[in-house]
Amino acid sequence: MNEQEFLEYVQSGGQVETTDWMPDDYRAKLIKFIEMHGNSELMGVLPEREWILRAPTLQRKLALTAKVQDEVGHSQLIYRVVEDLGKPRERCLDDLISGKAKFHNVFHYPTRTWGDVGVIAWLVDAAAIISQKALLKCSYAPYARIMKKICWEESFHILHGRDVILTLMNGTGDQRELVQESLNRWWGPLMQFHGNPIAKEEDPMYVWRIKSQGNEEARQQFLDGYVPQIWELGLTVPDPKLRKNDEGIWEYSEPDWDELRHVVTGHGPKTEERLDLRRTARENSAWVRKAVLAEAA
Amino acid sequence: MNEEVQRTLLEIADDELILGWRDSEWTGVAPLLEEDVAFSSIAQNEIGHARALYELVARAQGTTADALAFDRSPDEYRCAPLVELRLMDWAETIARHYLYEEADAKRLEQLKQLDDPEIAGLAAKIDREEAYHRIHAQMWFDRLQDEPRFIEALEKLRPQAETLLDSTKRGEHTPELTDLWEEMTMVRRSQPVGTTW
Amino acid sequence: MIYEVFRQERKGQPLQHAGSVEAADDHFADVYAREQYGRRGESTALWVVARDAVIEIDDFVDELNRNYHRVDGYPLKEKLKEARDRVSAGEG
Repeated sequence: MNEQEFLEYVQSGGQVETTDWMPDDYRAKLIKFIEMHGNSELMGVLPEREWILRAPTLQRKLALTAKVQDEVGHSQLIYRVVEDLGKPRERCLDDLISGKAKFHNVFHYPTRTWGDVGVIAWLVDAAAIISQKALLKCSYAPYARIMKKICWEESFHILHGRDVILTLMNGTGDQRELVQESLNRWWGPLMQFHGNPIAKEEDPMYVWRIKSQGNEEARQQFLDGYVPQIWELGLTVPDPKLRKNDEGIWEYSEPDWDELRHVVTGHGPKTEERLDLRRTARENSAWVRKAVLAEAA
Repeated sequence: MNEEVQRTLLEIADDELILGWRDSEWTGVAPLLEEDVAFSSIAQNEIGHARALYELVARAQGTTADALAFDRSPDEYRCAPLVELRLMDWAETIARHYLYEEADAKRLEQLKQLDDPEIAGLAAKIDREEAYHRIHAQMWFDRLQDEPRFIEALEKLRPQAETLLDSTKRGEHTPELTDLWEEMTMVRRSQPVGTTW
Repeated sequence: MIYEVFRQERKGQPLQHAGSVEAADDHFADVYAREQYGRRGESTALWVVARDAVIEIDDFVDELNRNYHRVDGYPLKEKLKEARDRVSAGEG
């Protein structure tokens, strides 16, 4: 099989296993894409982790701990896939903490209130699950397979998020205000989440069928699924232009693409602090890895 | 349920709650990703045990498990100082884990012998999960037993572990409990008592 | 060491490859696989196998067209047609 035949194979729905031949460019793109996903799961742990210690009931404490645990578990699964493609986990982590590798925009922002815990679990996870469901059809089969487990676990996170939000919305005026204030802060990053609306045919990740949908397609799906749910709770989406037009397409104010670029290149409000936390945790526990993983010594 | 039994159950529940809270500080930052997942389950189990024990006491006292867990002042907690310590060094965390499981096994054995079938039954259930914690603690003990920092941590914490089985030595708290309590209850305290979360 | 993990979702179903874990030895692999692939009650059984112990075979050669192993080795359709034609001709 040559590169052209391989391309035709994946574009017609063919799937690839670890030991199959694959073009170098495909392997490099896979590593880049999947590694960023692993990084995002691992960095996504940090904003919520702070609230594990502040959860206001035992049930919330357990659910939030389990959610963060799932995310660490996802990063484990994902880094294993990257490792089998040729980039060891330790090198992924080195690149992450040195700021060389990227992670998703939403994990560069602070979590200020308990309202953020609900908004993240509900809406950030909803946005993520839309991207992840599209990966169930990824041309690289080992990645598509673990995505089944990941999507299944994410569905619990959305349940947890909705439950937190509904409880707050049915609670005191202060609690409702927590949710609205949080939504106001997260809306911008949420609209940027699926990336700029480049045509999918021009997106190399789509060309190789690593992704199976375009960015705008994902964003429309998010708006279609969740804006009505937001409105029905009496919340306001902080975008006066947001509406569904007669063709069934959501119109919205242009997301701030400069902010997105700035944030994902390592200049978000919490980027440095969180990378620093990862760096410290990793340095402090280097001796443990040395003690238990002989080959890492 | 007489007051002495209530007090015993609260001691154990408070130990499990505070230890679970401390263990959950590792969620997301443990030394290995696989261990992160495993240790996070242990934290969840401890809190689950605390909740089940609080529920028994809460019924006798006409309150709720959440109220017992969150709405008391720090000096009302009956936990032992060992579980209060903030130990973000893996050698110390594993040393505490090992010492705690050792003492907890003895305590659960006594609880399983009680005449009250509900308490004895719950203790048996908890013990079945703790058996798995003991396997986890032993596995780490075997790995780290020659590490100087682990040996040191065990020596440092062993005297504290003795208070776990001696009720007369409880009641004195470390300043770390107050810090933990402040953080643990901050969201809950931000609204009037009785608010649903 | 890398361990491959196979899981059974429900009793009676086949064990399927679930993923892998990195672990120091068999004890760690047991604990880690149990948590990673069973903590939400999603598995009734796991097989945890050191990757080095797995023998992988993925080259199946059929140079001499042993079609009796395959469906296309049995052209029943034409033969059935012939048989039917023969019977109906005899009846006519």
